[in-house]
Amino acid sequence: MSNKASNKELVNQKRRAILGGTAAAITGAAIAPGVFLTETAQARPLDEPVNGKIRWGILVNTNNCNDCNDCVIACQEENGWGIGSTDEQKSRPDQKAQWIRTVKVTNKKTGYTKTLPMFCQHCENPPCVDVCPTGASFKRADGIVLVDKHICIGCRYCMMACPYKARSFIHEKLTDQRSYAPRGIGTVEGCTLCIQRVDNGEDPACVVACSNSLIFGDLNDPDSEISKELARNGGTQIRADLRLNPGIIYQGLNF
Amino acid sequence: MKKVYFSEISGNSLGYLALVAGLGLLVLLGLAAFWYMEYNGHWVTGMNDQVVWGIPHVFAVFLIVAASGALNVASISSVFSKTAYKPLARLSGLLALALLAGGLMVLVLDLGRPDRLIIAMTKYNFKSIFAWNIYLYTGFFVVVIVYLWMMMERKMNKYTHAAGTAAFIWRLTLTTGTGSIFGFIVARQFYDSAIYAPMFIIMSFSFGLAIFILMLMAIYGGTGRPLGDAILFRLKNLLGVFVAAVLFMVIIFFLTALYATEHHDVVRFILSGDNIYTKLFWVVQVILGSLVPIAIFYNPVTGTSRAWIAIGSILVILGGFVQIFVIIVGGQAFPLVLFPGMEVSSSFYDGVVGSYTPSLPEFLLGIGGVAVALIIVTLALKVLQFTPNSLADEDVDPHYVKAK
Repeated sequence: MSNKASNKELVNQKRRAILGGTAAAITGAAIAPGVFLTETAQARPLDEPVNGKIRWGILVNTNNCNDCNDCVIACQEENGWGIGSTDEQKSRPDQKAQWIRTVKVTNKKTGYTKTLPMFCQHCENPPCVDVCPTGASFKRADGIVLVDKHICIGCRYCMMACPYKARSFIHEKLTDQRSYAPRGIGTVEGCTLCIQRVDNGEDPACVVACSNSLIFGDLNDPDSEISKELARNGGTQIRADLRLNPGIIYQGLNF
Repeated sequence: MKKVYFSEISGNSLGYLALVAGLGLLVLLGLAAFWYMEYNGHWVTGMNDQVVWGIPHVFAVFLIVAASGALNVASISSVFSKTAYKPLARLSGLLALALLAGGLMVLVLDLGRPDRLIIAMTKYNFKSIFAWNIYLYTGFFVVVIVYLWMMMERKMNKYTHAAGTAAFIWRLTLTTGTGSIFGFIVARQFYDSAIYAPMFIIMSFSFGLAIFILMLMAIYGGTGRPLGDAILFRLKNLLGVFVAAVLFMVIIFFLTALYATEHHDVVRFILSGDNIYTKLFWVVQVILGSLVPIAIFYNPVTGTSRAWIAIGSILVILGGFVQIFVIIVGGQAFPLVLFPGMEVSSSFYDGVVGSYTPSLPEFLLGIGGVAVALIIVTLALKVLQFTPNSLADEDVDPHYVKAK
């Protein structure tokens, strides 16, 4: 725990250093030069609110995706669902939560097949947020779409409205869950983009598990790795026709 | 037309008490089903992450749509000044309130967290049609209660037209809101259509009037009060028009969908699929629920038989219930289109037709909502003057003397 706290402080110091100017940046670099080199410069200090300068996103290179399910398992273990939890024993398979899944897409005419991870697309204009009667479905200023478990009444309208089937409903009482990823009976949940990690300057668990195919970063920062890769090779959004502008972008979907 | 006298029903007969007891039992069973689902969680129901709204929503939406339609008889009297309908206006208002109460009970008790109702009443996202509906539903109670007061309090009668007009506009808005729950869903192929709002309004005319006719026959048959042919035939002729109008909206809905290639799959799924929704659509919604009642109402023999009019009305209700089922459950069962034209599969049932097997508690909750509506009407008739002593032709038909 103390180790985690000191890590947090380290990250904060580094962030302040970046935001604070050259002199402070040198100090930051002296404290943690390794971290400084690999981390991107968009993170905010933990004591400051989320702001709209950042737009978090993930770039998925489906050419490297090989149906291994590593991203799914990492998410389950990090966020405490599926194999990451002893809960949901009573729920039928079609009732169990799935924050992330691998989807196999096949062109029936050509037989061309691709596998890709599907999860909350963290839309700029999320239909789940539009339809939620209480505002429990909301979008953070940095583009992460979340469910406030305290005011979700379990009406499931967001599940009707999401074009990506990214949300799950909890059908039974839960006991085994992570303190940073609360879940609850009668409420709706989905991918949080691992805010507990992102807010600490770390990549989401799926990205760590599959750095081969997934790049996490700030879509608003032209110097971030994700933006540079998009500038080089481009990418497509799923159901782009709906104009929701998802923060999850895919490469290699040339059916 | 003679002066119309209203009175409470005596409500002392064994039949009345048995009716109240039977309905009370159904209400208790509904509440027990709610408690069972609330205590265990929704895993005991047929719902899943693919079909998230099931039978309780079908009951709730049907009752809410019928509620606004039940008010129509009163609107025809107060807003459009048709005197023949005036003696029926009070019952029309009462039935509207009762059906809405029953529908809302089912809707609320099927929430994942019904204990958080207070949150739904205090925190609003005004971009959500659901949030607007909370205002429209609660406001409907207030508007209709005021309207009933204007009708039933002699001193206030002069405001009946104004209150009736307000209630009429409110109910049109309310049904627009209910239809738009589906109309505003861009993600699903079977929804996302502006026609849902007007279609739900016409559906409400039809379902509400069918229930009203049956209630009228049951109340007047049960209490032995006279009910003339003129008013009944007038109502069933109107119902026939409404049923045909719903069918027209359904045809336009599918024709429009068929014109857009992107919707061909979902139209094929509903109209010619190998699934329960196709069978229900054609056999129950179209044939039994629409064509047969129209034939019954306009055939000179069956159209003048009370038994047949009752059967026709029951069929309209059955067809309406199935129509809502096909819209809500069938619309969700059709898989989401993640990659148009492609074949998809996953552990989360992508590309697979959603399965939904309703459970007994869900049915009991829905029936409990119907029972709540009926028991409200049954009890209200005993305590307040909602029904005229006589609806015989010579008492209420404005054309009776001339016809003679």
